[in-house]
Amino acid sequence: MSTLEIRNLHVTVETPEGTKEILKGVDLTINSGETHAIMGPNGSGKSTLAYSIAGHPKYEITEGTVTLDGEDVLEMSVDERAKAGLFLAMQYPVEVPGVSVSNFLRTAKTAIDGEAPKLRTWVKDVKVAMENLRMDPAFGERGVNEGFSGGEKKRHEILQMELLQPKISILDETDSGLDVDALRIVSEGVNRAKDNTGLGVMLITHYTRILRYIKPDYVHVFVNGRVAEEGGPELAERLEAEGYDRYLADA
Amino acid sequence: MTVTDHTQATADTAHSHGVIPDKSRADRIVSFDVDAFPVPTGREENWRFSPVRDLKTLFADEAAESHLEWATSELPAGVTLTEVAADDAQARTVRAPGDRASAVAVKHAGGAMALTVAANTVVEEPITIDLTGVGGEVRGHLLVELGQSAEATVVIRRTGTAHYSELVSVDLQDNAGLNLVLLQQWDEDAIHAGEVVARLGRDSRLRGTVVTLGGKVVRLNTSAAFAGEGASVDLFGLYFADSGQHQEHQLFVDHAVPKCTSRVTYKGALAGKTAHSVWIGDVLIRAAAEGTDTYELNRNLVLTDGARADSVPNLEIETGEIEGAGHASATGRFDEEQMFYLRSRGISEEQARKLVVRGFFADLIHEIGVPAVEESLMRQIDLEIAHVEEELGDE
Ligand SMILES: Nc1ncnc2c1ncn2[C@@H]1O[C@H](COP(=O)(O)OP(=O)(O)O)[C@@H](O)[C@H]1O
Ligand SMILES: [Mg+2]
Repeated sequence: MSTLEIRNLHVTVETPEGTKEILKGVDLTINSGETHAIMGPNGSGKSTLAYSIAGHPKYEITEGTVTLDGEDVLEMSVDERAKAGLFLAMQYPVEVPGVSVSNFLRTAKTAIDGEAPKLRTWVKDVKVAMENLRMDPAFGERGVNEGFSGGEKKRHEILQMELLQPKISILDETDSGLDVDALRIVSEGVNRAKDNTGLGVMLITHYTRILRYIKPDYVHVFVNGRVAEEGGPELAERLEAEGYDRYLADA
Repeated sequence: MTVTDHTQATADTAHSHGVIPDKSRADRIVSFDVDAFPVPTGREENWRFSPVRDLKTLFADEAAESHLEWATSELPAGVTLTEVAADDAQARTVRAPGDRASAVAVKHAGGAMALTVAANTVVEEPITIDLTGVGGEVRGHLLVELGQSAEATVVIRRTGTAHYSELVSVDLQDNAGLNLVLLQQWDEDAIHAGEVVARLGRDSRLRGTVVTLGGKVVRLNTSAAFAGEGASVDLFGLYFADSGQHQEHQLFVDHAVPKCTSRVTYKGALAGKTAHSVWIGDVLIRAAAEGTDTYELNRNLVLTDGARADSVPNLEIETGEIEGAGHASATGRFDEEQMFYLRSRGISEEQARKLVVRGFFADLIHEIGVPAVEESLMRQIDLEIAHVEEELGDE
């Protein structure tokens, strides 16, 4: 049982116009097995929240705390956070030319576990995980995200998540830009991880469609750098009907 | 930031110039006469990036007292390595020297060593020549000659230290195929100015790979001239410059006849405050060279502040009837987004840097085509990166 706890998180970035505060006091607690949908309009700071938890150097934490099972996440380096059990499926995964997917996956798994995986079981695990995500075996020999389509990139993110088995996973708009078949495949992957490892999920999304495939326990409406409203799955239905206009008028 | 295409520098420490020289490359002087070349001052077009002071001894028109130690793999039937007297050596050199260091090398080498592969001989195993410097001034003249339809792979590896200048003449008769690998793995105080001049007969194929890791100053100029139709040249280069190293590679591909193909692909990584790399790629497509197909590329990956990569592609085209001609030059800073991505998967900073740099060179290394060399190179690149980690750790 793990708990990610975010308290009063304030985050700034440097822009050409000067320092800009983007997160303005975020409170959120995610336990193992729970799925929290974070829904909000573009530019509300959802990716900033995701990157800040993962430790991207561009974002400066000016106030607040983030802990995982009581450990101070903000004190950890980027790779230490991953080893502690955090995972971020990125909205825009980065190309790493010349580094094969299979080499990358093995290196990451070895780093997370602190020892190399047993070769035979590892090869099988990768094969099964790729089959589940309908990824061609030839994928393993391609460069990381090099020339991948949008859908391939997202499936590759979920593949990593399934193989690395984090405690808490942040999915940053993993659904955006996917057609319904790809959306279903990716959602199955998330649900498998929840069933198999009791994964806690922060499901950042702009659209309600993915919530038909991944059932949230809680829904948080994110507007202008903070949580504007929280509720159960019924809140998502209301957002589907009404959109974000109501919150934007307030903001 | 990702390394992007085309002739513009994408990093502030990078200098990339799409300069069209005021004189045609065809007009550059070549001569066996040392006096034809004044001692370079550093203001000349072809010396303007070079640390001429460090190269000073290589310009002196004087006998050299030292030598490199030679160790050669067993030579198969049809392959010979012989000493050739100076007159004969000159006559068999495919083109006269193109600069003073090269002219001095030929004049004072005391003849040449000639590696000759007889016509129709196909050598399966790589022929390796290990040249080890034991200090001092050394001048060298080497002939690599392949008879008609001969095929071979030749790996020349330089280690140890010396002040070394050389001319390597490569003569490919019609339909010959040569894979020539030149490894500069000198100790850190070596000074090396070399010129490789190749002549390609009809339908011949030259694959030339240059790997420069060691040495204080390495300046290696490669020229390939097509003498018959249907020939092709692939020139690959890989370099890794640390603090205090100057690594310079100049290329000249001379398309003088129709229907030949050239590809130039050089990639370098730089790390450390005074690391300096220079790449100058000249391609000349003469009026007669219809149906030419050429592309040259230089990419540099700047790992730390202070390193400087100069990259100058020049393409001169004297005929409109070509298949294709292009060039790209790009210098990029080490990509923080790539690092973040890898590290967010638990991979340590050091390991992530290793992956990115290995990835940068991976396609190039696979082109070498000599498995033993490819493997040892990967290990050496890892060592270079470990070096970078130490430097960063010291800051
Ligand atoms: N690295 C950055 N530099 C400058 N501005 C940024 C940066 N990251 C985010 N922002 C700004 O912060 C705001 C929130 O962005 P983001 O977190 O990406 O929102 P969302 O993911 O909800 O669309 C936007 O106005 C965006 O322009
Ligand atoms: Mg976003």
